[in-house]
Amino acid sequence: MPLEDYTIVIGLEVHSELMTKSKLFCGCSTSFGSEANSQVCPVCLGLPGTLPVLNKKAVEFAVRAGLALDCNIATFSKFDRKNYFYPDLPKAFQVSQYDIPICQKGHVDFIVNGEKKTVGVTRVHLEEEAGKSVHSGATISTSDFSLEDYNRCGIPLIEIVSEPDMRSPEEARIYMETLRNILRYAEVSDCKMEEGSLRCDANISLMPKGATKFGTRTEIKNMNSFRAVQKALEYEAIRQAACLDRGEKIVQETRTWDDAAGVTLPMRSKEEAHDYRYFPEPDLVPIVLTTEYIDKIKNDLPELPVAKFHRYITEYALPEYDADLISANKDLATYFEAVLENYKDAKVVSNWLMGEFMRLLNEHEVEITDVKVKPKDLAKLFELQDKGTISSKIAKTVFEEMFISGKDPETVVKEKGLVQISDVSEIEKIVADVIKNNPDPVAQYLEGKEKVLGFLVGQVMKFSKGKANPQMANDYLKKALAELK
Amino acid sequence: MELLKKSALELRDLLDKREVSSREIVETYLKRIEAVEPKVKSFVTLTAEEALQAADKADEMIKEKKAGLLTGIPIAVKDNMCTYHVETTCGSKMLENFKPPYDATVVANLKETGVPVLGKTNMDEFAMGSSTETSYYGPSRNPWDLERVPGGSSGGSAAAVAAMEAPLALGSDTGGSIRQPASLTGIVGVKPTYGLVSRYGLIAFASSLDQIGPFTRNVADSAALLNLLSGYDPKDTTSLPHARPDYMQALGKDIKGLKVGVAKDSLGDGLDKEVAATVKKSIDAFASLGAEIVEIELPHSEYALATYYLVATAEASSNLARFDGVRFGHRSQEEKDSVTMFKHTRAEGFGPEVKRRIMLGTYALSAGFYDAYYLKALKARTLIKSDFDAAFGKVDIILSPTTPSVAFKFGEKISDPLAMYLSDVFTTTANLAGIPAMSMPAGLTTNGLPIGVQLIAPALGEEIMLSAAYALEKAVGTFGLPTLEV
Amino acid sequence: MSIIDKKTVEHVANLARLYLTDAEKEDMTEILNKILDFEQKLAGLNTDGVKPMAHAVPLENVMRDDTVEESLSVREAFLNAPCEAEGFFKVPRIVEKD
Repeated sequence: MPLEDYTIVIGLEVHSELMTKSKLFCGCSTSFGSEANSQVCPVCLGLPGTLPVLNKKAVEFAVRAGLALDCNIATFSKFDRKNYFYPDLPKAFQVSQYDIPICQKGHVDFIVNGEKKTVGVTRVHLEEEAGKSVHSGATISTSDFSLEDYNRCGIPLIEIVSEPDMRSPEEARIYMETLRNILRYAEVSDCKMEEGSLRCDANISLMPKGATKFGTRTEIKNMNSFRAVQKALEYEAIRQAACLDRGEKIVQETRTWDDAAGVTLPMRSKEEAHDYRYFPEPDLVPIVLTTEYIDKIKNDLPELPVAKFHRYITEYALPEYDADLISANKDLATYFEAVLENYKDAKVVSNWLMGEFMRLLNEHEVEITDVKVKPKDLAKLFELQDKGTISSKIAKTVFEEMFISGKDPETVVKEKGLVQISDVSEIEKIVADVIKNNPDPVAQYLEGKEKVLGFLVGQVMKFSKGKANPQMANDYLKKALAELK
Repeated sequence: MELLKKSALELRDLLDKREVSSREIVETYLKRIEAVEPKVKSFVTLTAEEALQAADKADEMIKEKKAGLLTGIPIAVKDNMCTYHVETTCGSKMLENFKPPYDATVVANLKETGVPVLGKTNMDEFAMGSSTETSYYGPSRNPWDLERVPGGSSGGSAAAVAAMEAPLALGSDTGGSIRQPASLTGIVGVKPTYGLVSRYGLIAFASSLDQIGPFTRNVADSAALLNLLSGYDPKDTTSLPHARPDYMQALGKDIKGLKVGVAKDSLGDGLDKEVAATVKKSIDAFASLGAEIVEIELPHSEYALATYYLVATAEASSNLARFDGVRFGHRSQEEKDSVTMFKHTRAEGFGPEVKRRIMLGTYALSAGFYDAYYLKALKARTLIKSDFDAAFGKVDIILSPTTPSVAFKFGEKISDPLAMYLSDVFTTTANLAGIPAMSMPAGLTTNGLPIGVQLIAPALGEEIMLSAAYALEKAVGTFGLPTLEV
Repeated sequence: MSIIDKKTVEHVANLARLYLTDAEKEDMTEILNKILDFEQKLAGLNTDGVKPMAHAVPLENVMRDDTVEESLSVREAFLNAPCEAEGFFKVPRIVEKD
């Protein structure tokens, strides 16, 4: 049967690196992009005899993330060892949280196709990052050897496990994007999928529409962008549907997304049930959090996207579309609010940000945080427009110059001589010139073809290099023509 | 020989009076080591050069009046404590050439205080054993009878002190690895409260049980060494933040009215008669000093050994997983793929007892068996600790045998792991409960082999334990050390 | 009495990444059975309602500040490396060969 007759069930396990300066259990730097194995010490190399000491900030960040996801924060939680051998795991166990995670039972809300969707968050737990393997060949399976870099090893991670609440690959992508927005808002992670500081594995299964029992699921790994999350799951849903239609059983397995080929492939590994032998980490002691501690973090939490969305609608009377688009992006929202400190018409600002602003960002591949235009200068630009100092068309030209040079709008207007001509004598002079140089259209107008006026106004604008006040051009042209009648 | 017979504190006195220099002491010990080491085999690695340099530094410190209690007095260190750029083998082939790029906290303290380290002592592989027979480097011998084991796992350290190759030594105790060899070699060995001494740099056997502690010739020296070892370490999360007392102050206190507990069945079946008699003698000695002898019950102690071997091996199976041939240690030539390399590296690098314990611990944690074994053991551990909590509501310290028998012969138990495990029957409880315990010489068998007794105190009860031990030592006397006919 | 069979020993050895020869498997099975038989003693202990004790001392919230400390020099990091290649720790192919 066609895919539409199946219900797709998706759950995500998202890993996000926390933005601490030092690693979870040692003082090594967490900075990205250093020379291999230059940020390692006896502790994160797992040398015999070493012991972990928990980074206070990582706990705070995990709690902050949990609160941003509306989780219950555990007043008592502990660390466990997850035992497995892998070259990128120096101690051959990962310090993680098994039965008592630091955060539980939250949710992520977003809008998909105009409808509100809530995805449950089962748990958020704190754990350590593994190292990175560089393979000698093109892929892990074609490599004769691998090279281990432990710089990343020990960076604090949170794992966010969702309920199997998503019903389409698109929802999965939007969930991921929303999660990124929230974590960035909460200032706990930079969430860069391309650098691997945000990663996800997905569980996906199909069941016939109307069924209540989930089908056999597969786990999809190696999706390195938001687009890849959706593409991989779309592919996998179709693959599973085809399997089921052929009467085959879905094999419960881990599959890897091959982005270039656009397919998921089974990860080749000897069949061996994982047995991680979790047990309490004896080298670390429990984390006990007071409600005062949790409340303080809650109070310090910045306003989150959902709250902003609603505020933009009620306080600024923005349409839902604008409120959603701007609130989703923390940097954009921050910029938006900064402009509004000096300019009152929110709709003008949101139009501009969603239009010209975004267009130039994309064109110049600039991050919002790197934009040279100061929010107060953008407000000034709007004022110049309102005062009639410049036309809306000129405003765009001025903004482009501001975007490149970072100069304030008044300077740009002055330097480029873009001040709108509102001087009556000057306008009258241009009008006279236009009438003189366009005898035929003028004659047509005088014969009653009033449409020609538009052409003549255009000539005034052209003659003034766009600087003439269009309304005045219109008025004085009419006035001069009337005198000729 | 005269200098060798001096206790650490007697040497302190001579050093302070400038009657001897640290260099002379170290040279004397190095000569002694040269003479008796072929018989005793206490050491895996000797660090004579470093020791002499440290001695010179110590002599400077003494001159400048910056000396601590043990400055200038040499020590032997068990080979599971990391020493910067000096081989730390853990008695294993796995770490045959391992040179740590860092010092264990205790070793750093020794260096800072100017305590010369003579060398690294032999031990059962990864501290798993009670005789040093599991050491990849061959066993150490009991100086009292070279045909017999010195005990283990810290057998090399115990043998070194008993053979007068060092006045002081460090051991580690996970289930009795300081107290049992101390008992078998006629010296004092202390396992402190869990968390009193930093474990940073101690190659872990079982993290929730391991503690570093002193080996000395007498109780006073142990108090002095414990002063140096004890301290809060921010590198060890399980380090206790409590203030540390001066343990020397505990010595010489009147113990009149001290309540000494003796567990009902601790002198029962399976105990060597001469050992039982010696414990009884110690009870009498306490009584004659005015202590009150109280019969106590530790009903769950009979489960201690079974509990210990699950907790210890489960933790060990995880702690020893890092030996995979990637970053340090032995690596197999079988390099078909990583899994094969791991398996052969570990098969080649670990000895049979280590493999057995890794297997047992892995099994105890594995799916389907966790609840029945590991979790059950953690619950039994709670009951064992509760027994002590209850007992220490009634008594100040507990007296028991350290080991069920005196030093046994090589080969006697090595083929039967379970028989070997029984050596720990009196010692594992203190590790499980996290409380301090010590062994001290209390007599000799008719064959002239040392017999030790064990004192156990509540958590952070080192002072009362040491003051009782000091009093008992005065009462029962000392038993000398073998000269090994040099 | 047999609590653990050779197949289980093989499974556990695989989890523990220990290569065992056939003879070693036999020995291991025998010895582990002896030890596990001894461990059955615990099965008879009533632990209903007893909390497990994973730590010897009741500490909590031991943490460090988020400050960066010096890492090892490359020389020290690779001091004990059995197989170094261009500043990396080299390992044989990760995907198993049949």
